[in-house]
Formats: sequence, C-alpha cells, structure tokens
Amino acid sequence: MPPLDTAVAPRNGSTRPGTKVRNRIRTVTSVIVVLFLASVAFFLTWGVDGHWDFALPRRIEQLAALLVVGIAVAVSTVIFHTLTENHILTPSIMGFDALYILLATSIVFFVGAYAYAEIPDLLLFSINTGMLVLGATLLYRWILSDATRGLYTLVLVGVIGGTLFGSVTSFMFRVMNPNEFDVLMTVLFASFSSIDTAVLGIASVLLVGGTIAAYRMISVLDVLTLGRDRAITLGVDYRRVVTVLLVIVAGLVAVSTALVGPITFLGLLAANLAYRLTSTHRHTVNFPVAALLAVTMLILGQAALQHILGYAGTLGSIINLAGGIFFVILLVRQSKP
Amino acid sequence: MISVESLTKAYNGDAVVDAVTLQLPGSGLTTIVGPNGAGKSTLLSLISRILGPDAGTVIADDIDVLSAPGTEVAKKLSILRQDQNTTARITVRELVEFGRYPYSKGRLTEACHIAVEEAISYCDLVSLEERPIHEMSGGQRQRAYLAMVLAQDTRYVLLDEPLNNLDMVHATGMMRLLRSLADDQGKSIVLVLHDINYASVYSDRIVGMRDGEVVQDGPTSEVITPDALQAVFGTAFPVHDLAGNKFADYFR
Ligand SMILES: Nc1ncnc2c1ncn2[C@@H]1O[C@H](COP(=O)(O)OP(=O)(O)OP(=O)(O)O)[C@@H](O)[C@H]1O
Ligand SMILES: [Mg+2]
Repeated sequence: MPPLDTAVAPRNGSTRPGTKVRNRIRTVTSVIVVLFLASVAFFLTWGVDGHWDFALPRRIEQLAALLVVGIAVAVSTVIFHTLTENHILTPSIMGFDALYILLATSIVFFVGAYAYAEIPDLLLFSINTGMLVLGATLLYRWILSDATRGLYTLVLVGVIGGTLFGSVTSFMFRVMNPNEFDVLMTVLFASFSSIDTAVLGIASVLLVGGTIAAYRMISVLDVLTLGRDRAITLGVDYRRVVTVLLVIVAGLVAVSTALVGPITFLGLLAANLAYRLTSTHRHTVNFPVAALLAVTMLILGQAALQHILGYAGTLGSIINLAGGIFFVILLVRQSKP
Repeated sequence: MISVESLTKAYNGDAVVDAVTLQLPGSGLTTIVGPNGAGKSTLLSLISRILGPDAGTVIADDIDVLSAPGTEVAKKLSILRQDQNTTARITVRELVEFGRYPYSKGRLTEACHIAVEEAISYCDLVSLEERPIHEMSGGQRQRAYLAMVLAQDTRYVLLDEPLNNLDMVHATGMMRLLRSLADDQGKSIVLVLHDINYASVYSDRIVGMRDGEVVQDGPTSEVITPDALQAVFGTAFPVHDLAGNKFADYFR
C-alpha cells in the first residue's frame, strides 16, 4: 500500500460481478432450468397410457401445488439464512411450523370437531396464517433486534420453542376425542395426492404476494449478508426491515405447511445447494436457483412416491430422509477446520 | 462537528461509557487512546448507532444521529469496526460497492462506479478486486473494508483500531492515507489507536479514555506528556523529542 497518494485514475466500464462468477452463475442456472423442465415433462407424462383427459388436469394441479410449496420453502429459508447470518438454521428448525401445527391443533381442540368441520377451509387457513405471522414475528423480532442477544439465544429459543410447541400439541392429541384427532390428521398431514383447490388458490396468492415483497427487498437483503452492524451503518432501518422480513417468512411457512405439512429439510437442502453452486451472496441469483432446486426435488420425490413406492409413505418423509442425510454431511464438513 | 452529550451505556449496572460529553471537530484527525476495556469501541458503536445508548444524544452537524432516518446518517458518518468477520461470499469489488448503498439503494450510478474505483485504487486493491474476501489475509481484508468505508464518502469516518493486522509499512501507509483524507478532502477522521506514537505523529487532537470516561482531551502536544499519559494509562512513560515529534518510550 505505500504508494497510496498516487491514486490511479478511475477505470470505467466495470463488469459486475466478475466474469468468472458470472459465467459460473450462467452455467449453473442453465443446467438447473433444464433439470427442472425435464422433471416437469417427466412428471406430467410418465405412465399416463392413454387416459390424458383424466390424468393431465390432476397432475397439473399437483404440479401447481409442488411449485407453490417449493418456491415458498426456498424463498423463506434463504431470507431466514440472511436474517440470522447462518446457513444451517431454517424456519422449521426454529419452530415456525411447530407453532403452525400447535395453532391448528388448538383450534380443533377448543372448537371441537363438529364446529371445526363447519369452518370454511379458507377462513381456517387465514386464521392459522394470521396467528403464525403474528406469533413468529413478535417472538423472533424480539430476539433479532437486540445486538447483545446472539446466535445462541436464537437457537436456544428456537429449539426450546419448537419442543414446547410440539409437547403442547401432543398433549392436546392425547386428551382429544378420536373424532377430533381424525379431523386433525387429515388437516395436518395433507399430501399432494389430496389437494384442496380453494386452499391452493389462496396459498398461491399469498405466495405471489410474499415473493414480490421479497424481491422488492433484494438490495436490503444483499446488504444484510454483511451482518446487522454493517447494515445499520449503511443506513438500513434494521428493526423495520427485520419485522417485514419475518412477516414474509411466516407467511411463506404457513403456505407450505398448510399444503403439505412440515417438510423440515427441503429448504435447507435447496438453499445450501444453491449457495454452493452459485457461490454468490446475491439474492437475485440465489432466490430463483434455490426455488428451482426445491421444486425439482419435490417433483422427483413425488414421482418416486407415486411410481416407485406406490404411495407407501409421504413426500415429507422422503424429503426429510434425503435432507436429513445432507444436513449431517453439512454439519460434519463444517466442523472440520 | 459531532457533539456527544452525556452519552451513557451500562451493562448490568456497570457504566462502560459513563456520561461522556465530547466534541469531535468537523475536520482533522482525532485519535482516541486508552487501556483495554476503557470503552473506546463502545463509544464508537454508540455514535454510529450499532448500539443503543441508555442516555444521551449525538448530533452530527445538523443531524440528530440517534433519531434521524438511517440513510441520512449513513451519508454523514461511517465506521470501520474492530473485527472483520463475515460469512458472506463476496468479492472485494462487491464489498466496496456496498459502501454506495446509502446513495444507490443497490442500483449503482455512474458516480457510484467512480467512487468505487477510486476507493479500490486508493487502498491499493486493484489487483485483488475479484478476490473473495474470505480468501484474503487479515491485513488485505482490513484494507478492503476500509475501501468500503471510503466509498461511502462521509464527512465523518470513525475507525476502530485500523492498524490491526497491518505490517509496519502498511500501517504507516494507512496513517498517511487517513492524514491525506483529512488534509485533501477536509474529512474528519476519528480513530482508536493503541500505539500512542502513531497517535502522536499523525493526530491533530488526542482524546484519552479510562473506565468509561474522557480523562484527557486536547492538542497532541498537550496529551503526549508523562503526566497526561499517566492519567490515561496509569503508568508513567518518559517522553522524548525526536525530529520534531514526541515519542513515548513505553518499551521498557
Ligand atoms: N456485551 C457486553 N456485555 C457486557 N460487558 C461488555 C459488553 N461489551 C463490552 N463490555 C464491557 O465494556 C467495557 C468496554 O469495552 P470496549 O470494547 O468499549 O473497550 P475498548 O476500550 O474498546 O477496549 P479494547 O482496547 O480492548 O478494544 C469492557 O469492560 C467490556 O468488558
Ligand atoms: Mg475496542
């Protein structure tokens, strides 16, 4: 640095990001888009044998649900990673979907199965989502907005919260009558094979809203990758931004949980694969790449479930198995120096 | 001028910055010195809004730092922190571009590109600009963060121990750079240093902190004296005149 006083004249026409990184991003995106399109074609056409007018509409609806869930999970996880400055935490690990299930269970528990059946699906979904957004935002904003509460508090609250929500839920399961339990099971462990079109509709609306909101905050999200402190010194209104982002995350978690129940590891898998493949912090790249990966994995998982396993199991369990293995590998590799 | 009024921060009832009242000038180079734990970093964090104070006000020129919109403040003062950890995968150039965020909100203008180029070449990073920052040495990374702060182009630049990780040559280069920022661009540089001889050679003013309070505040020649240093550090050092500068002999 000695010749500091001889400042070089500025060079114009700079390329950003660097050519190497750009080429890599282009290659990665192309490959993933091709994979995605192939899996869509495969999903729509495999084993139809002639009954197109019967099979196609049903499969397209399933595909739509897979798209909604994949995008919701990927976008919410990437936002959550940026917010917590950590790539291993996910909204699920931090108890978001446990909270959703607790809320859904409490409604059945307190209202009773008969009254519950009377509540329109749409209203139910709205109540659940609204409560999740409120609860999660209040809880996690409180943790994230104070600098002195570090990552450990966050993890601790998440794990304790998740466990607590889970235990209260299972307590309610135990004291419920079998009728209520049955109703609840069909609500909570919905699958792609039995999609409620009305819920899919409102979920898509929520997804589009949340994703647009996330895209409008892309430059703030990029700044947040530098960490809370630097974001503040660059003029980010941290408390407000964190609140808005948590609302988006909670809304998207509600979307995916309402449609398929908890799929803990999908977001983790898709987001971390995306970071590794693109090696950039830019959300304009990581959002679509993670979303395409998530959707592709869901499609392939669902196809395997239908054609190979013959519906023995759930999509959630397939994803959690694959994701769980990936999670362990990730932890082992990170713990190495 | 930055006016700090009765600024206070306490942890568990212990005030680590204790009702500090201080004026930082609108130009020139001001150095804050003091023993470990004196509250220097905490003071800078409070002024730059990274930490919320328990009491007190900070006014920079006409802006109330603690209540004005973040973007206004970010165009007025910037800070280089003591630790430079990040998990983000970014290149030097991308990092420096973040310095323009208060102006561009992510969409760089022509003026932004010029500021980024200047900051990069000022900090001697042209050959490293495509390098991811997590693949750099501590000193190189320090310079990259400094370049980001320079791209932010604020009147007030706060730096917490900017000589950390730098070898002698680069440390002197850094001090010369900061000096020229103050002299040529009329900026006000406020930095924390542990080496009081660098402080002595380069500063216009020195502020001495101890136990959360300002115990010395004055022109360099008045603070680099055995008595004043004794008040700050609790130890007496002999002070020698050497080629027109005062040097404290703290080696023995
Ligand atoms: N989060 C915290 N919780 C409790 N005490 C803290 C916290 N942060 C700082 N302190 C205490 O505040 C005091 C001042 O810390 P500060 O970092 O401002 O010192 P400093 O003057 O910058 O020291 P150094 O020269 O070592 O950088 C120290 O005694 C420290 O232990
Ligand atoms: Mg310090």
